[in-house]
Amino acid sequence: MIPELGHFALILALGVALVQVLVPAYGLWRRSGRALAVATSAAQTQALLVFTAFGCLTWCFITQDFSVAYVTANSHSELPLVYRFTAVWGAHEGSLLLWVTILAGWTLAVSVFNRRLPADITATALAVLGVVSIGFLLFMLLTSNPFERLFPVPEDGRDLNPLLQDPGMVIHPPMLYMGYVGFSVAFAFAIAALVSGRLDSAWARWTRPWTITAWLFMTLGITLGSWWAYHVLGWGGWWFWDPVENASFMPWLVGTALIHSLAVTEKRGLLKSWTVLLAILAFGLSLLGTFLVRSGVIVSVHAFASDPARGVFILGFLGTVLGAAFLLYAWRAPKLVSEGELRLFSREGLLLINNLFLVVASASVLLGTLYPLVVDALQIGKISVGPPYFNAVFIPLFAPLLMLVGLAIAVPWKRARIGDAVRHLRVPLVATAVAAVTLPLVFQGSASLPVIAGGFLGFWAALTALQEPWRRIRAKTSWRAGLASVPRGTWGMTLAHLGLGVWTLGVVFVSSFSIEKDVRLSPQGSVELRGYEFQFQGVESRPGPNYDSDYGTVLVEREGRTVATLHPEKRLYHATHQMMTQAAVDHTPLRDLYVALGEPLDNGDWALRLYYKPMMRLVWLGGVLMVFGGILAASDRRYRPVRATETAVATQGVVA
Amino acid sequence: MTKRQKRMAAIAALLLGLGLAAALGFTAFRKNMMYFYTPSDLLANAAPLGAKLRLGGLVERGSLRHGEGLRVDFTLADCEHRVPVHYEGILPDLFREGQGIVATGSLQPGGVFVADEVLAKHDENYMPPQVAQSLKGKNGQHSCAPFKPVTPGGAAS
Repeated sequence: MIPELGHFALILALGVALVQVLVPAYGLWRRSGRALAVATSAAQTQALLVFTAFGCLTWCFITQDFSVAYVTANSHSELPLVYRFTAVWGAHEGSLLLWVTILAGWTLAVSVFNRRLPADITATALAVLGVVSIGFLLFMLLTSNPFERLFPVPEDGRDLNPLLQDPGMVIHPPMLYMGYVGFSVAFAFAIAALVSGRLDSAWARWTRPWTITAWLFMTLGITLGSWWAYHVLGWGGWWFWDPVENASFMPWLVGTALIHSLAVTEKRGLLKSWTVLLAILAFGLSLLGTFLVRSGVIVSVHAFASDPARGVFILGFLGTVLGAAFLLYAWRAPKLVSEGELRLFSREGLLLINNLFLVVASASVLLGTLYPLVVDALQIGKISVGPPYFNAVFIPLFAPLLMLVGLAIAVPWKRARIGDAVRHLRVPLVATAVAAVTLPLVFQGSASLPVIAGGFLGFWAALTALQEPWRRIRAKTSWRAGLASVPRGTWGMTLAHLGLGVWTLGVVFVSSFSIEKDVRLSPQGSVELRGYEFQFQGVESRPGPNYDSDYGTVLVEREGRTVATLHPEKRLYHATHQMMTQAAVDHTPLRDLYVALGEPLDNGDWALRLYYKPMMRLVWLGGVLMVFGGILAASDRRYRPVRATETAVATQGVVA
Repeated sequence: MTKRQKRMAAIAALLLGLGLAAALGFTAFRKNMMYFYTPSDLLANAAPLGAKLRLGGLVERGSLRHGEGLRVDFTLADCEHRVPVHYEGILPDLFREGQGIVATGSLQPGGVFVADEVLAKHDENYMPPQVAQSLKGKNGQHSCAPFKPVTPGGAAS
């Protein structure tokens, strides 16, 4: 009964989504306020229906209803309760339902928080979100219904993919989807601006918090995914340039560009059509990412669907939505006139250059990801491009970008003088140079040119980020008044750029000073790695809830003292007969000691991976700082029109 | 400079920058592009010696030998030919005899393929699509009787 209820709710939601699109469209045409207002209630009804469907599927998983095909494919009677929740989005059908649910959530949020916007803008935005929702609901109902029943009912399920039975996996997909889908809101506002022909700083002010929120979720999702790969895949890598990672990285890069160009549009009324184009591209890349992951065209850990009909559907949808958006853009964008002139040496000019770098970076990822697919589709051959390509392209693109970060902060809007910029940047420049040379010497005892250059870029981004609050605080007489005078938006920017610097330092140190050793060890054997003595104590068998484990013990000593006892595991899952490697890591801010079991060899010997990774934590810390920066920036009070008016009224009252 | 000249200069600089970026990108691309081969392609001398490439096929049953330390030797085969593969390192969790894998490395003068990376993903029924497809003959059928039970028809579905 419950599965049918869920299925029925999805069909109803599709109907309501149609209303959400058609009635406001009629309202725009006939200039009928009542028809426009339907968008809001339709959006809220649709959200309720979709949430119901999601709840139904979750219920099927909790109660282990194996008559539902999707539950059978992704659950098992021994599966722990937490993973029964996460199994809902463990495969194709359910993750689509998650996509639609999150879209409904964003639509609901738009309908609730934007009631103060002009009615036609809100209605158009909601109608655009409705179109996206129709596409995905149709896709789910036609090709991948999660509520399909099985007959006869099997006795037990086939279990959730063991790779996904990890705490990191519990939140990685929802966070990433919040980001992917969140860009649809920026897209909807961009279309609304094109339709209405009005794009001013007020528009940029509505769009900014939505975009920043989507971006921060995406950052969090990518960071979590990287963390998960590091711990579960057992290779000790944190980024593989896997097509699916690229699929999330491309919209992130364009989204980052969008955040910055929105700032220019809000403050200076410039780059309007560029901002709209970025909003369309960011969402387009999100859809493309969905296509890459869901159609099974790429070989990857993530690609679980391999039904050509699904690929064709998403590709068709992608083509329709983007084609329509670009046509509208070509027709209406010339109407969006800038309100001034742009000088290259000013904050907006430097932000434009930053945008170019980000977009080119995104394009180069796109090339490396799609070219092999195109070549394969045309049957010219089968090729692949590995990480060396991406690294070779990214380093020359990111180095100038990081230099720009510091420069753009030191330079004012409108017009800048080089002399002022140099004066502002003297101190950070010297501090950066000193730190870049000192840090590797102190912690690693050596410093090569690439490390110093990389460290310089990292420190530069981090130290220059602190300038803006520093300047504001110094302008006040006391520290306390100064701290209070810094707006949240500024703190957000500072934290995000600090995070970028910290991330860069982490990447530079990990890639320059990591030591990776694959060894063969017999029980009680030991090996030395950069002053750490890894002593292998052997492997014992241990049962887990739904797997059997080879539970290893490795003692790590330094100068005779035990630093850590690590327990890397190798798990064999019962239902799937799949082997999983669970690495064990001991971490301090300065280094990670990473041990993973390889494979059993003869005479009780084991192959082991032993890694020493300095400053690995900084890579995640950088991501987390960016996320906090995003939270602060999105919650800045000037995005809350209600409060702002109240304050204005209050001040006027005092003056009067 | 007039406004128009300035604008033209800016556009020229932009195009120059984009061109440079594209040139760098394509160079990096061509240097790091790896082609996919089957054992038959490799033995038909389609691949240059020493070039980095990806070799996909089935691990022949009974061919896996562990050597000193982490050295491993095995034979990779498609329906017609075999190539000996040498690898030093840890094999992936899903590496099993009779299963389809992809090895990255280069062909050495002695006819031995030296791998620096071995990939095997997904569950035991999984075969990389490239392997599955390349094992299929012209008529869409395969003749992999010696390499049972992993047959592309059943495994790739």
